[in-house]
Amino acid sequence: MTDILLGILVMLVRMAVVLAVVFGLAAYMILVERKLLGRFQVRYGPNRVGLFGLLQPIADGLKMLLKEDIVPDGVDRRIFLVAPAIVAGAALFAFAVVPFGPTFTLFGRPVPQVITDTDVGLLLIFGLSSLAVYGVALGGWTSDNKYSLLGGVRGAAQMISYELALGLALVPVAMTAHSLNLTDIVNAQARLPFAIAQPVAFLIFIISSLAETNRIPFDLPEAENELQAGFHTEYSGMRFALFFVGEYVNMILLGSVTAIFFLGGWHGPFLPPILWFGLKVLAVPVFLIWTRASLPRLRYDQLMALGWKCLVPLGLANILVTGALLAAGL
Amino acid sequence: MTALGALFYLLSAVMLAAAALAATRRNPIHAVCCAVIAFLASAGVFVTLGAPLPGALQVVVYAGAIMVLFLFIIMLLGLPVGKGMVPAARLVAPGVFAAATLTALFSLIAMDPAGRISLQAATAAPAAVGVVLFGDYWLAVEAVSLLLFAALAAVLLLGKARQESPKGGNPA
Repeated sequence: MTDILLGILVMLVRMAVVLAVVFGLAAYMILVERKLLGRFQVRYGPNRVGLFGLLQPIADGLKMLLKEDIVPDGVDRRIFLVAPAIVAGAALFAFAVVPFGPTFTLFGRPVPQVITDTDVGLLLIFGLSSLAVYGVALGGWTSDNKYSLLGGVRGAAQMISYELALGLALVPVAMTAHSLNLTDIVNAQARLPFAIAQPVAFLIFIISSLAETNRIPFDLPEAENELQAGFHTEYSGMRFALFFVGEYVNMILLGSVTAIFFLGGWHGPFLPPILWFGLKVLAVPVFLIWTRASLPRLRYDQLMALGWKCLVPLGLANILVTGALLAAGL
Repeated sequence: MTALGALFYLLSAVMLAAAALAATRRNPIHAVCCAVIAFLASAGVFVTLGAPLPGALQVVVYAGAIMVLFLFIIMLLGLPVGKGMVPAARLVAPGVFAAATLTALFSLIAMDPAGRISLQAATAAPAAVGVVLFGDYWLAVEAVSLLLFAALAAVLLLGKARQESPKGGNPA
């Protein structure tokens, strides 16, 4: 009985730690983005709240909580209220299968640094990322606003298209690692990260995951100058913030997933594993912010052409080549 | 009852209730949402039975891909939104069909002794499923992919014919 209770306690502590770290990172990622964008645009960025503006995320959170939560007339109330939670929830749920480091021993028991170590981790992350479409599409549809509807339809079409390329980019990873288990995939990269062994898959993965997170240059669902703010035009207060936090949690999830699938996870010289993992996880959002500051938005037909005519055929060819190399025993 | 058993019955109840709502809602978006909940609950049921692979596939394929397409089509069509429930008279014929199919399915499973071990196959690891699927059933897999390719080509052809119609006229 004590064993079961202890197991539940350890599980709860692990979940709490993961949630706290992810939320903290998401809040400060917003500050990092604003600071970096400021520097890219030759200005300071937020620096008034606290030292160097370090308390800015807390001030933003308080402001959002205190704002009125407006539900416009004519919306489908239940769906309107739930849609933002789907975006944030799906991203948070995916952290259940993300391993943060190798198993270590505490008080003589092995403590794995992952909430659930499952054989279908890759599929589950993929499935949860596809559930996020519902938040965008339903939020856009239910707002009873033509800009929101256009944003929702765009978001759904874009995420369905790029999911395909994303899946095709992950197939060679699973083929080379001989497993769908995320811990096994990381351990398969002990010598050489897949970013070097599978450069084409890495490229396809990065581009299509940019599109999956709806960020510039792929932020057509919320394109400000044509759709106001797309699917979240009608949202205010904390519900708007939930969409916003969902996007940043998604960026961190993307960082973790990229680190696990392509950058060798926690493997690296000199530094302790958890530090390596953290560095790799944070490198990806910084790259995303840099891309946002550097590239203009694509046109919608360019977006679809890139996905279907370029990334999908390239992904299929890459699987064929990987299969041939594996069959040849290389 | 163990904790896992309680979870199984809870998820089954959610699944049945969501499926019943999905079949009877007149608002198509609500029906799709209920169907998604039913699929997610069935994924949970698979996991409580110790079969994570069918559970994950349920999320990826049904909840994550097929129902998104349904939602997408409904949003594009912009149908007038109905309220409440489909009239009970219209549910009789589909209900009878569904009951007959279910009875036939359960009696077939009960008659076949191999049916009792079907759960064992479902709990297999992903690699084992792949070996069986592409080893023993490769012909069926290829036939299905050919069928899907034919559907894809047909849609492409229909879409193209519509684009090339003379300007000004309404091709639809």
